[in-house]
Amino acid sequence: MPDLIKVENLVKYFPVAAGNVHAVDDVSFAIKEGETLGLVGESGCGKSTTGRLLIRLIEATSGRILYRGRDIASADKKTLHDMRKEMQIIFQDPFSSLDPRKSIGETIGKPLEIFGMGSKREREEMVDALMEKVGLSPRLFYKYPHELDGGRRQRVGIARALSLSPSFIVCDEPVSALDVSIQAQILNLLQELQETMKLTYLFVSHDLSVVKHISNRIAVMYLGKIVESSPSLELFSNTLHPYSQALLAAVPIPKLDRKRERFILSGGVPSPINPPSGCRFHTRCPWKMDICSREEPPLTDRGGGHFVACHKVK
Amino acid sequence: MNGPLLEVADLNVIYKTYEGTVAAVNGVEFSLEAGRTLGLVGESGAGKTTTALSIMGLVPSPPGIITSGSVNFAGKNLLSLSEKEMKKIRGNHISMIFQDPMTSLNPVVTVGVQISEALVAHQNLSEAEAEKKAMEMLEKVQIPGQRYREYPHEFSGGMRQRVVIAMALACNPGLIIADEPTTALDVTIQAQVLELMRSLKEEFSTAMIMITHDLGVVGEVCDHVAVMYAGRIVETGSLEQIFGNARHPYTLGLFRCIPDIEEETSKIRPIEGLMPDPLDLPSGCPFHPRCPQCMDVCRTIVPGVTDDGGHKVMCHLYGKGGAAHA
Repeated sequence: MPDLIKVENLVKYFPVAAGNVHAVDDVSFAIKEGETLGLVGESGCGKSTTGRLLIRLIEATSGRILYRGRDIASADKKTLHDMRKEMQIIFQDPFSSLDPRKSIGETIGKPLEIFGMGSKREREEMVDALMEKVGLSPRLFYKYPHELDGGRRQRVGIARALSLSPSFIVCDEPVSALDVSIQAQILNLLQELQETMKLTYLFVSHDLSVVKHISNRIAVMYLGKIVESSPSLELFSNTLHPYSQALLAAVPIPKLDRKRERFILSGGVPSPINPPSGCRFHTRCPWKMDICSREEPPLTDRGGGHFVACHKVK
Repeated sequence: MNGPLLEVADLNVIYKTYEGTVAAVNGVEFSLEAGRTLGLVGESGAGKTTTALSIMGLVPSPPGIITSGSVNFAGKNLLSLSEKEMKKIRGNHISMIFQDPMTSLNPVVTVGVQISEALVAHQNLSEAEAEKKAMEMLEKVQIPGQRYREYPHEFSGGMRQRVVIAMALACNPGLIIADEPTTALDVTIQAQVLELMRSLKEEFSTAMIMITHDLGVVGEVCDHVAVMYAGRIVETGSLEQIFGNARHPYTLGLFRCIPDIEEETSKIRPIEGLMPDPLDLPSGCPFHPRCPQCMDVCRTIVPGVTDDGGHKVMCHLYGKGGAAHA
């Protein structure tokens, strides 16, 4: 499969009074058509910003974003408008991402209206079909968001994202706000839709078990950088970067008698305004060497598409 | 001391709203020995927090009413105490850790003063003594004592939660109720805080009720588990009993809908349907509309509790007869 999305040297700085927040700092990756790239990391690592940059909800400071070989980052307004049909987003919070004054039917049908698809009646039929596809009963057409629980609201967000039959969807923590039993329903729905509609996902999440479940490849971010990226299973069976290892060890697992290595990081994430020199993880790294605070380790291939940015890993 | 430290029996709590009566807690019973940790697990609206607030005497009233039950703590029924007597217990013998450290700390008071406040109020310490003790408590949660005079906004999320833990432990209470204490934290910080709670619990031999929706967290810190659904404890037992041999269909469902990080390919099987409307709970077993093993009896009769060596299940699959018609 060819690459649907290719990101090259993507950078986003947010200027603040104290300097620049290095939210995304020289990130490159590609997503193949029909696959899911999971982007994991903790608060403030730049994963959501990356997702938003990809569909140009915010403008990149520099870098290229290629969609089927065309550069989105430099596209003009008209081209971008047309490309939006192809690229959609599902947000984390199903409460704040729906207009409280629009009925469910209106919300899902809005993109169709904006792009002038069909007559009003035809659009209503399309909305009905979309609602059925995401498991929403048609009687909810005239309901408002406040009348729905979180799981159903998230289905509305999904239906809206699907309305223009996109090829690429950024899923920004789509299940984090949901209870576990509902979370599983939505994850299964996203996987079914991916198969039937040949969708490509960028799946942004802080939850490693969820990311592992849904992704073909995973990229781990720390302070605006990708520190490791690899095929999904490989990342778990052969974790190379010390940050990825710590992240993995920190996941509480609901099982008895787990043989687990205690690998607890000290301290917190440093400020993204003044990120540490060299390797950004060196201030918390248990393997720190002299070179780590001086030189930034490049993200290099260790074979089989397993990339890692660490001086220690040979 | 004989018997358990905490014994909750037949606790029923309702909230009277203009839309109707919400049955938040329905006949909850459990006990906790000194020094042990109970995980209270369930999804939003299961009644976990209301159960905790009932123990603390903090159910907001109105609209909350504790309609029946008893909460025996160290030999006293807390539900029969006056507000004045409860004040001597709260923060002194039982303390609480809330989910969001930013809203449970006062932003305009230094963290040190917030910790020493409890010591002055409950332990008759002078302010100088309390300050010394508060600094010790900060050190216990791995925060340098000289940060006593700093304000909450000067700390990171994980450190703030450690300040709250220091406050909760300051008077060396017999019981701590922690309501989703790590839910707002990142995983690596969560791991630090859980590790700290585990070691302090040992050191102070404090009993703890850990309220969480995360079975992983339960596995990390708890030795007993109670699973709540629609205001009832549907299954309870030791960690080994629940994690090794879950019996209630809801508990089994909860385990199956979490992706398994240790397996190569994980299948998740969601629990169908939605949490019931607390204004209009289903008849019979509250889980029956979502239960894959629902039988006729489940629709009409509330199942009784079957006890197998301390492993209690409220399900018709395992017991004879029902407790009451609903």
